[in-house]
Amino acid sequence: MRAVSVGGRRAGRWYGALWPPVAFGAGSIVLWELAVKVFDFQPYFLPPPSAIWQQFKENPQLIWHATKVSGLNALIGLLAGAVLGIAVAFLLARFRLLNDLVTPLAVALNAVPIFVLVAVFNNMFSITSEVPRRLMVTLVVGFIVLVNVARGLREVAPTQLELMRSYAATEFAILRKARVPNAVPYLFTALKIAAPAAVITAFVSEYFGGSQNGLGSRIVASIAISKNATAWAYVLGACLLGLTFYLITVGLERAASPGGVAARRRDGA
Amino acid sequence: MFVLALVSVAALWELYKLIGPQDGGKLFGLTILPRANDIAMPHVWEMLSRYARPERRGASGSILLVVLGGAWFSLRLAFTGFVLGTLTGIGLAVLMARYRVVERGLLPYLVISQTVPLIALAPLVVSWGGKLHIGGFEWPRWLSAAVLGAFLAFFPVAVGTLKGLTSAPGPASLELMDSYAASWRHTLFKLRFPAAVPFMIPALKLAATASVIGVVVAEISTGLAGGVGRLIIEYAREATSDPAKVFTAVFAAAALGLVMAGLVALIDLAAMRNRPPRELLG
Amino acid sequence: MSEAAVEVRGMTKTFNAGRPGSVDALVDIDLTIRPGEFVSLIGPSGCGKSTQLRLIANLLEPTTGEVLVNGKSARQARLDQDYGMAFQQAGLFEWRNVAKNVELPLELKGWDKQRRRRRALEMLELVKLPEFADHLPWQLSGGMQQRVAIARALAAHPPLLLMDEPFGALDEMTREHMQSELLRVCGETETTVVFVTHSIPEAVFLSTRVVVMSPRPGRITTVVPVDLGARRGVDTREDPAFFIKVTEVREALRGMPVTDLDEPVREP
Repeated sequence: MRAVSVGGRRAGRWYGALWPPVAFGAGSIVLWELAVKVFDFQPYFLPPPSAIWQQFKENPQLIWHATKVSGLNALIGLLAGAVLGIAVAFLLARFRLLNDLVTPLAVALNAVPIFVLVAVFNNMFSITSEVPRRLMVTLVVGFIVLVNVARGLREVAPTQLELMRSYAATEFAILRKARVPNAVPYLFTALKIAAPAAVITAFVSEYFGGSQNGLGSRIVASIAISKNATAWAYVLGACLLGLTFYLITVGLERAASPGGVAARRRDGA
Repeated sequence: MFVLALVSVAALWELYKLIGPQDGGKLFGLTILPRANDIAMPHVWEMLSRYARPERRGASGSILLVVLGGAWFSLRLAFTGFVLGTLTGIGLAVLMARYRVVERGLLPYLVISQTVPLIALAPLVVSWGGKLHIGGFEWPRWLSAAVLGAFLAFFPVAVGTLKGLTSAPGPASLELMDSYAASWRHTLFKLRFPAAVPFMIPALKLAATASVIGVVVAEISTGLAGGVGRLIIEYAREATSDPAKVFTAVFAAAALGLVMAGLVALIDLAAMRNRPPRELLG
Repeated sequence: MSEAAVEVRGMTKTFNAGRPGSVDALVDIDLTIRPGEFVSLIGPSGCGKSTQLRLIANLLEPTTGEVLVNGKSARQARLDQDYGMAFQQAGLFEWRNVAKNVELPLELKGWDKQRRRRRALEMLELVKLPEFADHLPWQLSGGMQQRVAIARALAAHPPLLLMDEPFGALDEMTREHMQSELLRVCGETETTVVFVTHSIPEAVFLSTRVVVMSPRPGRITTVVPVDLGARRGVDTREDPAFFIKVTEVREALRGMPVTDLDEPVREP
C-alpha cells in the first residue's frame, strides 16, 4: 500500500462513504436476530432486536414519560451547569488566586467518579425531590464548562494581547474584545462533551434511590421483573435521548458560528 | 495549593452549615437549598473522625479497613476493565488502520457511541451474573462490572489510537518507509505505534476514568457486593442514624479514581520520556 | 562500470489520467545518469522535479515509458534497496536517538544489533557527528538533523542517493556549509546523486550536470554541464567560472523549452 496517493483515489460520490457504516449496522442487526434464534439465547441475556422493537412500539407512553423525567433533569442541569461554569470561569480569569486554587481541584475531580455524591445529596434534600439529580448534573456539567471556558479565556494568542495592550485597552476591554471571542469555540467543545455527560449523570443518579420515575430506575425495575426486552427498549430510549442532546449542541454550534470558528479543533478537558 | 483548595471547600461546607436553613429552604421560590442540620450535613471533622470507628457497633477494626477493602475490590475490577478495554481498543484500531473498509464501517459508530449513554446497559450486563453459562463457565457477577468498565474504556482508546496510527506519522515518514520497501507490519511497529503514543496517552486517561465509572455504576445499579459502590448505597441508607458513614465510602471512591489516574500518569511519564518537552511541540 | 546508474526513457507522468482534472506533470523525459555523477534537477515550482525524483525512487509509477535504476526496474531497485533518500524535512523519528535513527534502514534489512551499531557509528563519523550518537533529534539543530538524515540515507551504502531539497529549510550559511559537507561525503563514498533544488547557486556548486526543467507540463529544456572540477570548496563560489555557469543556468530557466534529446554525456 503506497503512502503517496497518486490521485488514484476515486472522488466518489457521497454515498460511497455511506455504505460501509450502513451495511455494517444493518448486518449486525440481522446477525443479532439470527444468532438469538440459532443459538437460542436466553431472553435475559440478549433478546432479539425484533422483541426490543416490539416493546418499544407497545409502550411509547411509558418510555416517553421516563425519558421526559430523565431528560428534564439533564436539561436543567446542563443549563445551570453551563451558566455556573461560565460565571466561575470569568471569576478565575479575573482573580489569579482563585485560579490557582480551583485548577488543581478541577484536575483531580476530573479523574474521580463524583456522581457518587448523589448519595450525599439525597440526604440533604427531601426524598421525593429531583433536586439532588439536577444538582449532580449541574456540578458535572459545570466542571466541564469551567475547565474549557477558563482555558479559552486564558489562552489567547500572545500577539493579540500585545496588540490590545498597545492600544492601552483596559482589562475589561481586553476581556470583551479578545478573550471572550476566543473562548466561544471552547464553550462549544465543552457543551458537546457535557451534553452526553448530562444525560449519563441524570441516569446514573437514579440508581442511588429517590424517586423512581426516570429511565435509569425503569431499566432496573424492568430487569427485576424479568422483562428484559422492555429494559432494552428503555436503553434504546436513553440512547436516543443522549444522541438528541448531542445533536442539539452541534446544531447550536453551527448556528452560532457557521463554518469558520466551529471548524477549529480544540481539545476538551 | 491542592491542600489549600480542599481546606477551602471544607470551609465553605462549614460556612453553609452555619448560615444555611436547618430544614432546607427556598431560593427564588425553588426548593433548592439543602438542609444544613447535622444529620443531613455532618461536620467535616465528624467525617474524618468516623474513619477511626468501626463499621458497626461491636465489630472489630475501624471502618477505614472496610472501606479500603471495598475500594481495593473495585480497583481490581477497574484495572481489569481498563486493561481489557485498552487491548481491545488498540486491536480494533490496528484493524481499522489496516483496512479502510473496516474504518469506514465502524468509526461512525465508535464516534457516536461516545455521545450515547452506554452506561444504561449496566444493569443488563450485571444481570447476566449467576445466570449465564457458556460451556461449563458460569458468569460471575463481578465480571460484569469489569466488562462494563472495559466497554466504556474501549471507545476512547479505539478512536484515539486510530487517530494516532493514521495521522501522527506524517506523509514524509510514510514515504520514507515506502522507500525502504518496508512491510505494513514493519511500518506499524517501527513508525505508526511510536508516533501514535502522544495520541494514546490522553485516550488512556479517558479510559481510566471510564473504567472506574463503569465499575462503580455496575456496583451501584445492582448492589454488587464487595465493592465501594455497594458500600455507598448501604451507608447511605443509614444516613439518619450515622450521617458521617456514607462520606467514608465516598472519599474511598474518590481515592479509587485518583489511583487509576495516577497509574496513567506513570504510563505517561514512562512512555514520553524520550520525547521532546511539550513546549517544543508545534 | 559503463552501465548507467539511472536511465529514464520516454517517460510521461499524468495524474488522474483519462478523468476530469487530469494533470500532465511530466512529458517526454529522457535522462541518463552515469555512476558517480552529481545531477541536479532545477526548475520553477510545479515543473515536476520532485515528481521525477519520486518516479526514480519508485514511489510513483510512470504513465508511459520506463525508469531503470542500476539496470533493473525502479521497483526492483527499491525492493533491493539500491538507493537512499533524503527529504526537505530531516524526518528523524523523535522517539529514537540519533544512532538508532541511522540504524533504521539496517533494521529493516535484518542486520544484527552489533553490525548495525558499528555501521551507524561509522556513518556518524562520516558526517562528523559521532559524539551525538545517543542524543535525541530535538536536541540537534536543523543542519545537524539533516546530516543525520544523510547518514541514514547512506547507511546501507547504496550506490544512488536521491535528495529532494534537503537544505531548503536551512539558513543560508548553514546551507553553504552543508553543501560542502555533502560533496565531501559523496566523494568519499563515490555515490551517484540526483538532487532536486530551487537554488541556482546550489545546483551549480554541487553538480556535474544541471538539468533545467520547464513549467508544467515538465520537460527537460536544457542540460548544463558544470566543469568546475572535482574538488570544490569555499573558493569555488568566488570563481568567475562559477558565476558564468550560474548565469548560464539562469538564462536557461528564462528561455523557452528546447529539448535536446541527444545531449552527449560528459565525463565528470
